This record gives sequence, C-alpha cells and structure tokens, in this order.
Amino acid sequence: MAFAAFGGGAAAATAEPAPLRRGWIAIGLLAPGLAYLLLFFLAPLVSLVVTSLQVAPEGAAKGEYVPGFEWANYANAIASYWPHILRSFGYAITATLFALIIGYPIAYFIGVTARKWPLIQALSLTLVIAPFFISFLLRTLAWKQILGDNSWIAQTLHGLGWLPADQNIVGTPFSVIFGLTYNFIPFMVLPIYASLERLDRRYLEAGSDLYASPATTFWKVTLPLSMPGVVSGTLLTFIPAAGDYINASPIYLGSIQTAMVGNVIDRTFLESQEYPIAAALSVLLMGIILIIVSIYVRRSGTEDLL
Amino acid sequence: MAASGTFADAGADLELVGLHKRFPGFTAIESLDLTIPAGSFFALLGPSGCGKTTTLRLVAGLEQPTSGRILIGGKDVTDVKPFRRPVNTVFQSYALFPHMTVLENVAFGLKRRRIADPVAKAHEALQLVELDHLALRKPAQLSGGQQQRVALARAIVNRPALLLLDEPLGALDLKLRRQMQLELKTIQGEVGLTFLHVTHDQEEAMTMADTVAVMNKGEIEQMGSPEELYELPRTAFVANFLGQSNLFTGQVVSESGDLIVVDVAGVKVAVPKERAQRHRGAVTIGVRPEKLLLHSTAPVAEAGVNTLGPGRVIDVSFSGVSTQYTVAIPGIGDLVVFAQNMVFGPVVNLGAEVWVSWHAEHGFGLADEVLDAGEKFAADTSTGSIAQRTKEELLEELGEA
Amino acid sequence: MKFSLGKWLLPIYVVIAFIFLITPIAQVIIYSFNDSRRNNSIWGGWTFDKWTGVCDQQGICEAFGTSVLVGIVATIVATVLGTLLAIALGRYRFRGRGTTSLLLFLPMATPEVVLGAGLAAQFLAVSVSKGFWTIVIVHALFCLSFVVVTVKARVASLDPSLEEAGRDLYGSGPAVFFRVTLPLLTPGIVAAALLSFALSFDDFIITKFNAGQVTTFPLWIYTKKSPPAEANVIASAIFILAIVAVILTQVITAARRKRLGMSS
Repeated sequence: MAFAAFGGGAAAATAEPAPLRRGWIAIGLLAPGLAYLLLFFLAPLVSLVVTSLQVAPEGAAKGEYVPGFEWANYANAIASYWPHILRSFGYAITATLFALIIGYPIAYFIGVTARKWPLIQALSLTLVIAPFFISFLLRTLAWKQILGDNSWIAQTLHGLGWLPADQNIVGTPFSVIFGLTYNFIPFMVLPIYASLERLDRRYLEAGSDLYASPATTFWKVTLPLSMPGVVSGTLLTFIPAAGDYINASPIYLGSIQTAMVGNVIDRTFLESQEYPIAAALSVLLMGIILIIVSIYVRRSGTEDLL
Repeated sequence: MAASGTFADAGADLELVGLHKRFPGFTAIESLDLTIPAGSFFALLGPSGCGKTTTLRLVAGLEQPTSGRILIGGKDVTDVKPFRRPVNTVFQSYALFPHMTVLENVAFGLKRRRIADPVAKAHEALQLVELDHLALRKPAQLSGGQQQRVALARAIVNRPALLLLDEPLGALDLKLRRQMQLELKTIQGEVGLTFLHVTHDQEEAMTMADTVAVMNKGEIEQMGSPEELYELPRTAFVANFLGQSNLFTGQVVSESGDLIVVDVAGVKVAVPKERAQRHRGAVTIGVRPEKLLLHSTAPVAEAGVNTLGPGRVIDVSFSGVSTQYTVAIPGIGDLVVFAQNMVFGPVVNLGAEVWVSWHAEHGFGLADEVLDAGEKFAADTSTGSIAQRTKEELLEELGEA
Repeated sequence: MKFSLGKWLLPIYVVIAFIFLITPIAQVIIYSFNDSRRNNSIWGGWTFDKWTGVCDQQGICEAFGTSVLVGIVATIVATVLGTLLAIALGRYRFRGRGTTSLLLFLPMATPEVVLGAGLAAQFLAVSVSKGFWTIVIVHALFCLSFVVVTVKARVASLDPSLEEAGRDLYGSGPAVFFRVTLPLLTPGIVAAALLSFALSFDDFIITKFNAGQVTTFPLWIYTKKSPPAEANVIASAIFILAIVAVILTQVITAARRKRLGMSS
C-alpha cells in the first residue's frame, strides 16, 4: 500500500505509466499542497532552528526568550543530554534489528510461501496490520500489564530464578526495546512483503537448478532482490523509533533511567518551557537521523550484493 | 553423480519409469516410460499443454512426480533435490538473476560447485554465444535474444551430464537460431552431453534431434528418428502435428501380398502392409503433400500408383521454395499438394481440372479410430476444447510459477 | 513422500509471531469487559456495564467526539490537497518535480517529536493559541504525505487509454477529470482517506504538543494513570469496525474479481 510505494520510488509502478505532460495546470494542482507544506512543515523547521538559538534575557520569566545566536544552547543540550541521545539511537537501532529479524520471516511467509493460498495471505496481512487499529497507548499499556510485576510472566521468571527477585521486566531497557520492536513490526513486514511478493519464483528455481542449496539461494538471490523492501522497512522503523518516547516513558514501559531524547524534548518544551534546549535537541535529533539515513540509503542503494 | 569440483566426463542416460503427474484438477502426465541414451540429442515435441514442460521440470527436480521414478545415469534421483542433480536447465523465461551481471550469472553455477577458475570459464562460455563484450551488463540491459543466449551460456558452462532446454531458441531471429542450433549440436557432440530439448517447433526438433518423441495429452504418441516420425506417422495426431498430411478414411476391401486396398469414396487406394497399422475394417490412411504429383490430364493407371481425381484447384499459395495447391475432389474433400518450384510460376492454375497421384509405398495407415467424415485435419476449434486447452496451459503455467 | 520437518518450521514460527502480535490486542479487548472500579489493570470479573455505559466515564465521549471531528476535517484537507499533489506528480512534468517529491517525503522521515515541537514553536512564535484548529492543521500536515503516496500509486497504475477515450468523448479539461480520472482514482482516494483518518485518530505525540486545552481521545487516555475500561471499550469498538471493514474490502475485491472471471 502506502509503504510499498514508499520503497524509494524505484520499486513503484510496474505498469507502463502514461507519458508525463507539461502544463500550467500542474502549477494549479501543486500550489495549495505546496503552500500548505511550506507553511506548516518548512516554516516550523525553520522556527525550530530559530528557537534553538534563542536566549533568555536577564531576569526573564519562565518561557520568555528573545531571538539570538546562542550556539551555546547546542553545547548545553549535548552536555546535559548526551546519554539520552545515545540511548535513543541505541534503542532505535536495536529495535530495528529485532524488528527485521522477527519481521522478515513473516514477510517471507506471506509473500513467498503462502503465494498459492491467497486466503491465507489475506488473513495473515490482516493480522499483521491489526495492531494499527487498536489504540497505540492502550496496547503499550497492555504490554505493561502483561510484563508487569504481578503478571504470571514475571512471577514465572522470578520463580525459575532467571530474574533476580528484586528486578522487574518493566522499566528496563529490555521492556522499552520490546515495546518499540512490537510497535514497528508491521512497518517492517509490509514493505518487505511488497518486495518479496513481486519476487519471481523462477529465480529461486534457477538458483536451485544451478546447484545452490536453499540457504545459498536465499542469501544470493532472495535477500538481494528484497533489499528495496528491507531498506524501506528499516527506515520506517528506525526514524520513528529514534524519536519515540511513549515506550520509554515511566507511565508505560520505561523508567527514568530509560528516558530517550523524545522524553527530554517533551519535558523541556511542555513542562519547563526551556524552548531553546528543546528546539536544539529536536534539530540535533533530526540532523543525526538525516545523516544516518543518507549514509544507509547510499550504501544499500549502490552496493551490489552478490 | 554430480562430482563437485569437476565436470562430468560424458553425458548420462535418462530413464523415466512409469511417471505420473497429477495437478489439482487435471493430470499433466498419464504414464510415461522413456529411456534417453547417454550422449543423444533428444527432442520432446508437442503442442502447448501436452505435458512436455512438466516432464522437463520433473527431470530437473522442480516438480515431484505423483508416482514413478526418474533415473539419471542409473541412479534413482526421484527424491533428490534439484541442486543435487547433475542437471542444468535453460529456462523458457531465461530467469537470469536481475541483480547480477551477465558474467556473475554465468559463473553462478560454477562458483556453487567450487569449480576452479570460474570467471575464465564464464568468459569462455560467453564467447561461445558471442556475448563476451557484454559481460558486465545487467540482464535488463540486454535484448530478449541476448538474454536467451546468456541463459544458454549459464547452463552449458556447467557441462552437466544432462542438459534440459525449454524452448531455448524461441526469441532468436532465423539466422541466429540456425547458428545456435549448429553450436548446440557441436557442443553436444564434442563432449557427448545428453540434451533433452522441449519444443513445439517441429522444424527445430527435426533439425537438431537424433530422436524425437511426440507428446500429446500427457503421453508419448510416437517416438523415433525424425525421418521415421515424418514418413511413417502412426497416429492422426502425429501425422497432423509434424508437417501436414492428407488423410482419407475408408473400409479395407482386400489385402493381398504386401498391400492392403482401401475403398476411398469409390476409389481403390493401396497402402503397403508394413506401413499400415491396421489391416482390416475402417481405417484412416494418408500421404504427405510433397509426395503428390499433379496431372493436367487423367494419368494412365499404373501398378503401385494411386490416383485420385478429377478435382479442381481451389487455391494456389506461393511460399518461395514451393507452392501449395489445394485441390477439391468431389466425394473425397480437399487435398493439399506441395510442389517444388522448379520453374517460375505455378504448374497449374486456379480453377484448373487436375488429377493427383502418388506412389503407393509413400502412403501410410494410421492406428487411430476413424475420423469424422469430411474432417481430414482434426481441427480442434470447438469452444469447449479451446477453453480446455487454455485452462491446461494456465495450470501448467501455474505449476511452473 | 517423506515428511520434512523443515517445511513446517516457518509456518510454526509465523503462528507464534501472530500470537505475539495479537496478545496485547486481546488484552485490551478482554479488559473492556473488566468489572473494575479504579484500576483497570486488576481483573474484577466479566461485565458488559462498561460497554453499555461507556459515556458515563467523564470526558471520554467528548474526547472521542473531538477525535472524530478532528479526524474528519483533517482528512478532508489532507485528501483534497494530497490528491491534487498526487495527480500533479503522477501526470505532469515540471521543474522541481524531484524537489517536490523530496519535500513530501520529509514529513514521513521526521520523528513526531520534531514535527510536534516545530509546529508548537511556530505557533508560539506567531502567538497563535493552541486549540482545535491547530490540531487539525497539524494532523492534516502529517497525513498529507501518506495521502500523496497512496494516491500517486493509484495514478501510476491507471490505464492511460481510458483517459484518452475520455478526451475523445468529452474533449480536454475538467469534464475528463471529473467524469473519467476522478472516478478511476476513487478507490485510491478512499484508501488514502481511511489511512489519513486512522493516522489522525490515533495520533498522540504531535497532538500533545499542539493541543492546548483541547482533549482528543489519545490525550484523554494519557491523562489517566490507569485508563478505565471504557477507554478499552471505545478502542475495541473501533478495532472491530476497522477489521470488519478490512475483511469486507477483501471480500468485495475477491468477489468482483471472480465476477469478472479473473483467476485470483
């Protein structure tokens, strides 16, 4: 669906599209949407940068700032919150990896194995997107309950001795990453499924005919051909995960020790009204993501995996 | 059988024993018993949906037979996975790996088997098909014909004991096709590999193969050398599938010596006994169009020569080497005559009254049941049969996919 | 035929994975029947009371209504703007086509905190007070990209000969657009609208930054330490509706395919 088309444009329409026309009408079609984007996307990003450079004048009240060029805000933000920044990316990368490992076989099953049974495919896809339809907050809370201190899972683990008596599951990096992974499995599965669905089975047959075992055929043929989907999936997972703060929030699956950058931005912006710091952190978050993403896309886009 | 790291020394023979393949809804192969001796070039010929591609896929290991056994070089490989069989396939759809270069595609099999010097050998194979200059391109950058040649190279480079070809030359133009036919025969002869070539192109089958088997509805109707199949077809299907035939039905009125005599709409037609499958009752006999002679006047009766006529020429069709004349003989139907164009222009004109004759020894008698009166070519044009055929083709395709 | 265990490994794994995926959903739905007073995380027995008296819970139905309203308005804005953009991108050549695509891709690549904070910062800068309309604006924004992507895929798959036939009949211009193009695009537009509504309804982070005093359903849930069972009721109802809608669409598409004689 949307995610399939997200796959870098290259993986888009297979049919021969109509030739593109020139026309003034294009401008008319574009104008409203573009204006909206300019006003409510670009301008806010600019606002963020501007805000990040603001400075609090002498004797200012809470939340009162004036425009400036206080680059020190960035230094302060990093100095105070670098653990959160690192943690955010650490959790995000870990969750993305787990989502990939967990999600790829599911996508393979639906897109390749179950190809002869469209009913099973439809049912499986419905199950994969089902989590989307239940409130994000409530399902995260559900996990908190299921993994919680009084749940049968925790009690079993305590009983078996796998978990020290004074430690919980909830409120740890594990539970945060768990929550993040769960949340983004559909985002990972759908693009990979879209890629694998288009995989011509005959390539697999050719691989087998040419002396490649099933494992080798997977590594040399299937995986490289599904890379567009894998790239889409990891991006769709990593980017939101890095900025997430619900899973890491103490109200949900986290604790104060697991706070991510998102939590800090939320607190500094909405509670302590330290707008410049919040803005600086936002810009930093966005910037790092853009850098990581462009390196990643460039590497997997041009690399010929043999 | 597949000695990893080395090429096979020679081809292996292929034995299919009681092969039966059922798909949900229809049976692709009823019962197949076939032996292809090592080192031969064998063609499996038949119309779409006859089961020839299914047979190929069974031998390759891409399908499992419902029952029966497959032996390659004496070894039972029925339960062996495709990547362990000493078999390579040239796919009809080429199936070139789109994310690899041409060179990597061709070297793929070699690398899997850890053959020494895979890149050099891949280049050699590409030179064979005249595509070495495109070694670093991706398949998508090649034309259909070029892709087909790469697919050929990719299979041949492995020198498998048994090479399977699924309509491999379809997308090539005539000149290239002739070239590749020669090349394939040379390679096959040199190393003594066994080739199993599946095609619906009877000309290709007859040109290249030592032995041809005509398949129809999941069974082999007739098998033999191309000459044998052409000059002595045993069933109406083979008679009509390989080239064209003029078929007549009638009752056997007498058999004497080594001839049987059949009454065809009042005319007595003689057929040698050893060329007739049935010697009594209602039979269908036939003769090839190129064996017929046209006469503008009633020919003198001769021993050993069958004559039909008079009839009228209702069509004259020029095709370069020969001209095809259609002669309508009342009571018998339309006959087709091929005459080599020894001179310029047709030998008889449209509307002319002609007689047709042929040497009795060129005729043949079929084993089939009598065809419908007036229907010489079992033209299967009923909607039902077209739908059935389409369904079978689709299912076969699905089975492949 | 030997029984190969390897063949069953993947299906078994997938079944386990599906159970894992459904577990919290089941939890939410089950606990909507929980006879609880203060804390919905403690099971108190089965009851339908929460379903029948869902609006008894103070503020929840208002929050739900707000979410629906926001969703509808934001969806309309995003769908209209997005469809126009998608048609422009899918059909026309113009300078800056690549840049526009990039511009549309960026909101999807921006973490919600950044979007939320940015918009809030901007509203702050221009002294716009946060409330219903800021929420709508914000929702329409992040839905816009998804609408464009969805409709653009549909535009790309349209058969150009149909529109040419339309031009034969109606001449160029708006007639062709409204009588041929738009109806053909409708499935894609509907899908985009549904996606947009779903995204808007469940949005939390961006909304939190820009809501001011207005409460949407997710915000309402967030304010409660232990959301009451009524929240589960509403969430479950929506879930069931959505799943039924998805299944219906599949059934209708399959039936239509069958009627047209295409093999699935």
